[in-house]
Amino acid sequence: MTASESAERQPPPAAGPVAADAPRSRAAPQRNASNRGSRRLGDRVLRWATGAGAVTLILVAAGMALTLVSGASRALGTFGLPFVWTSVWDPVREQFGAASALVGTLAAAILALALAVPLAIGIAMFLTELAPPWLGRPVSRAIELLAAIPSIIYGMWGLFVLAPFVAEHVQPSLSAWLGFLPFFKGPPLGIGLLSASLVLAIMVVPYIAAIARDLFAMVPAHLKEAASGLGATRWEVVRHVVIPYARSGLVGAVVLGLGRALGETMAVTFVIGNSHELSASLYRPASTIASTLANEFTEATGELYLSSLIALALLLFLLTCVILGVGRVLVARTAARAGAA
Amino acid sequence: MTRLGPVAARVVLRRRVANMAAFALATAAALLTLLVLGWVLWTLVGKGLEGMSVELFTALPKPPGEPGGGLANAMVGTLIVTGLAIVLGVPIGLLAGGYLAEFGRASRAARAVRFVSDVLMGVPSIVVGLFAYGLLVRPMGHFSGLAGAVALAVLMLPIVTRTTDEMLRLVPSSLREAALALGAPEWRMVTGVSIRAALPGILTGVVLAVARVGGETAPLLFTALGSPYWSLDPSAPTATLNVTMFNYAMSPYEDWRRTAWAAALVITAGVLVLTVAARRLRPRER
Repeated sequence: MTASESAERQPPPAAGPVAADAPRSRAAPQRNASNRGSRRLGDRVLRWATGAGAVTLILVAAGMALTLVSGASRALGTFGLPFVWTSVWDPVREQFGAASALVGTLAAAILALALAVPLAIGIAMFLTELAPPWLGRPVSRAIELLAAIPSIIYGMWGLFVLAPFVAEHVQPSLSAWLGFLPFFKGPPLGIGLLSASLVLAIMVVPYIAAIARDLFAMVPAHLKEAASGLGATRWEVVRHVVIPYARSGLVGAVVLGLGRALGETMAVTFVIGNSHELSASLYRPASTIASTLANEFTEATGELYLSSLIALALLLFLLTCVILGVGRVLVARTAARAGAA
Repeated sequence: MTRLGPVAARVVLRRRVANMAAFALATAAALLTLLVLGWVLWTLVGKGLEGMSVELFTALPKPPGEPGGGLANAMVGTLIVTGLAIVLGVPIGLLAGGYLAEFGRASRAARAVRFVSDVLMGVPSIVVGLFAYGLLVRPMGHFSGLAGAVALAVLMLPIVTRTTDEMLRLVPSSLREAALALGAPEWRMVTGVSIRAALPGILTGVVLAVARVGGETAPLLFTALGSPYWSLDPSAPTATLNVTMFNYAMSPYEDWRRTAWAAALVITAGVLVLTVAARRLRPRER
C-alpha cells in the first residue's frame, strides 16, 4: 500500500499532554509546542479551504435559482400564473405562454423513455444473463461509447440521416397501420416530435442500460440459483428474481434518464422543427423548452421576450428538480421495502 | 424422465417458448443498439473525412462558396474556454468533495451539500448557460468566452465534487486511523494518505468531467457566442468548435455543412480519447 507508507513513520509518542483545546477526541497527542502550532494552522487552513469549496457550491446553486427568478420576474409579472398553461407564443404581439413548449418537452421525453426503457432492460439482460464474457465485454464498451458521443453529433445525425429515413420508411408504414389514430396523421416530413423522441431514446438507452446492467450483476448468485433449482427457466429467473431485486435501482435509472431527456438541447433542436403550435400528431413540428431557448435566445428583442424565455428556463429548472426529487423518494421507498422484506 | 401429462407438457412448452422469446428479444435489443451506434459512427467518419483538410486546422473561416476556409480560431477558442473552465471548476470541486468526505461525512451540513450537488448535476446544460448569461453577459453588456467558461465550470463542479467525495470515502478508515495514530496531524492525514490513495479515482472523475463539457454546445450558445476571427481574449466573444458546428450544420450551404461534419469528427475523437484515457486511469475494480 503506497498510502500507508506515506504516513509518517515514527515511534508512537509517549503519552504526552493531550491538548486541552483539542476539538476532537481523535486528535493524536501532541509532541511539542512548535509542532502543535503548525499542526493547528494546517488543519485550520484545510478545513477552511474545503469548507469554502462546499459553500461555493451552494452559492452557485442559489445564484442560479436567483438569476432565473429575477430574470423571469418581468414575464411572470405581466402574464401571471396563466403563463404556464397559455399556448400562445407570439413575439410580434409580445404575447407569451409556456404550454406548447412544456407539452412538447414532456411528450418528447416520455415517448423517448417508452422506447428506451424496454430496450435498455433487454440489453442489460443480454449482457448479464446471455452473453459470454468475450462477447459481453466489447458490447458493454460499445454501449458506453454511445453515451460518450456529444449530443450535437446525435442532432446532426438526426437531421441529415434519421429524419429523411423516418420520412421515407417509418412514417408511411406507421400511417398505414395506425393512421386511424390522431398521433399518426399528417404529412411525413421527418422533422418533428417523432424524430426528436427517437433521437432522445437513442441518447438515453446507454445511460439506463449501463445502470441496469450493474444492478443485474449485483443480484446475489444464490438467489438466482435457488430459483433455477426450483425449476425456473432463465427468463423466469430474470422476471421473478433479478428484476424484483433490482426494482428500486431501475426506477432510479429511469428517472435519471427522464431528467436527461427533459433537458437535452442540441439533439432535439436539430430535428424537432421548432413550431409553437400544439398538435396531437407526432409528425408535426413542435418545440421543447430547451430547443426554444437554443433557437430564440440570442435573437430575442425586447425585455419581455427575453424575460419570457428565462421564465421557460425557470420552468424547466423546476421540472427537473421535481422529477429528480420524486425519483429519489421513490427509490428510497422501494429500497426501504426491499430492506424490510 | 417422468412422463408428463398433456396439460403439464403444454405448460412446459409455453414456458420454454416464453424463455426463448424473451432472450431473442434481449439479443435483438442489443443488436439494434449496436446497429444504431455503427450507423452514427459510419455517418460521422464518412462525412467527416469528406470535409477534412489541412486548412480546417490552420485557416480562418471563409464565407460560404469560397474554398479553403477552416476552423482554426474555433479550435483554439474551444481549448481556451475549456481550459478556463478547468481552472475555475476543478479546484472548487476538489475542495467541496474533500469537505464532504473528510470533514462533513454524514453530518446534516454535508447531506445538504450533497443534495445541492445532486440538484446541480441534474440541471439541464442550457439552463446553466442561461445562468452564466445572467451572471456575466448581462452585467458586462456583451458576450464573452469567460462567460462560456463559467457555464462549463458550473457543469463540471458537481461531477468533480461527487467523484472526489465518493473516491475519498472508499479509502479505508483504517488507513486514516493509522496515520493519526502515528501522530500525523489531520491535514497531513488528508493530503498524504486519503488523497494519495484516492488519486487515480479522482483523476478519472476530472477527466470524465472534461470530456463531458468538451462536447457541450448548449451552454455556449449565448455565452461565448462565436466569432469569425481569432479570439484569444476571453473577455470578448469567442468562437468554439461546437457552436460553429451548430451554425454551420443548420446553414443551407453545402460546403459549410461539410466543414461541420469534419469538425464533428474532430470533437468526437477528442471526447472519446479523453473518455478512454479516463478509463485507463481508473483503479482496477475487483
